[in-house]
Amino acid sequence: MIFQKKFLYPVFSFVVIVLLWQLVVLYSGWSEQVFPGPEAVLNSFFELLMNGALFNHSVASLYRVTIGFYLGAFFGIPLGIVIGRVETIKLLVNPVIQFLRPISPLAWIPLAMLWFGIGDQPAIFLIFLSSFFPIVVATAIAVASINPIYFQVASNFNLSRIEMITKIVVPAIVPEVVTALRLTIAIAWLVVVAAEMIAVQSGLGYLILDSRNALRMDYVMVAMIVIGIIGLILDIIMYKLGRLEPIVASMEHN
Amino acid sequence: MGRIKIEGLSKSYVNKRSKRRDPHDPEKKGAVIKVFDDINLEFDDGEMVCILGPSGCGKSTLLRIMAGFDQASSGRILIDGEETVKTSPDHVFVFQQNGLLPWMTVWQNVELGLGHIDDEAEKTETIQEYIDMVELDGFEHHYPSQLSGGMQRRAELGRALAVNPDVLYMDEPFTGLDYLTHLKIREEVINMHSFIGKTMVMVTHFIDDALIMADRIIVMNERPAKIMMQRKLDFSRPRNIEKEPGLRELRDEVFMMLGVSYVA
Repeated sequence: MIFQKKFLYPVFSFVVIVLLWQLVVLYSGWSEQVFPGPEAVLNSFFELLMNGALFNHSVASLYRVTIGFYLGAFFGIPLGIVIGRVETIKLLVNPVIQFLRPISPLAWIPLAMLWFGIGDQPAIFLIFLSSFFPIVVATAIAVASINPIYFQVASNFNLSRIEMITKIVVPAIVPEVVTALRLTIAIAWLVVVAAEMIAVQSGLGYLILDSRNALRMDYVMVAMIVIGIIGLILDIIMYKLGRLEPIVASMEHN
Repeated sequence: MGRIKIEGLSKSYVNKRSKRRDPHDPEKKGAVIKVFDDINLEFDDGEMVCILGPSGCGKSTLLRIMAGFDQASSGRILIDGEETVKTSPDHVFVFQQNGLLPWMTVWQNVELGLGHIDDEAEKTETIQEYIDMVELDGFEHHYPSQLSGGMQRRAELGRALAVNPDVLYMDEPFTGLDYLTHLKIREEVINMHSFIGKTMVMVTHFIDDALIMADRIIVMNERPAKIMMQRKLDFSRPRNIEKEPGLRELRDEVFMMLGVSYVA
């Protein structure tokens, strides 16, 4: 297993990157303060791991992303379904969504701080914004592209309006929505780091900002690496979610 | 019961895309396209009716209007004397392809139309009965994508029959099947029809299918479509076109009518 191409090649790439990194450290002449090497970063990694800082900051970031992301999905998916199904709602709501969507969540920082003060809430609000719009749009598109035959089948068998949603719409959009969630959690993870550079005293974003102020570039790099690893894990989780049997079954038919 | 009467049925629509270009349309209302005009037909209860015609002649539109998916411009359709205007489990449509809900197993698909049965034991029994009837026992918990094309078609037939409709509409039900599966499913539909005796209306462009299956064939021509031929077929079953001179003659006649003058 472990010696298959699928595993060996990615490992090889990372080894090459670390080697290049070490070469730059050895021959560039930059000081350890400006450009710490792999060994220094690894030592700092264990230092932050052992004193619990890494764990606490990661949990703080994940907590915010999880809450904000769930809120975004909780409100975004139903709104997307309504927009996709009801023409009037689409005409009323869609332009507003399309107008708000291109505004970076980071542009909301001043207002978020003013409205929610200091702490988790403004950060969660920003994550919510960054997940909500993509989820609404992806859901609405998924609903609008459901094969009309399925609605004809439903009306032929006298399904109620509620059954139409639970038995046709929701299962039909699952593959697209899972893909959208996978892309969205990546965005949310990007935004949380930026959000944590303001307004909070914890999280991986805060760790980066705090380490910069202390001129500890090794800590900055540790935080960056951990952000990358957690992002990778989140993506793998969402990918696995998309491979569950009923989801795959409905994808194969489309 | 399923006596069908079609009275003066017409369907036309406005082609809005033709608006700007058409010099014969000074008011820019768009060209009116007549799909078919003043169709009058009558089918007996329990008949197997096959509607033949070139592609684009509106035979599928006719079937969709009968099922209630589409509205006629004028005229009406009566089943047992009652006008039908919308979809109903009393007359079920079997789709060309992919009518099964892919996220539901065979069991769940058959269950779809049985929401009105409150008694769980009765419901389970009904579902199993129809799954057995279409010979899919053992595949109850398979998803459609795990079934062959022929099995998917049988599952959809089972689902349609499970609601005990008066009429079954089938739109090119053998499309996408390989030749042998086509013949097998055709035979199964014939057997099922003689067993349950429901009115079935099938649209097809396979003339042989119509001749082998139908109690009555209808031939439509190109737009605006009219009924060119309507004939009751009372040849004995099972039918074999090669061995039945009457069927061979009829086939030549239909081919001629559809513009194919010589068939080997």
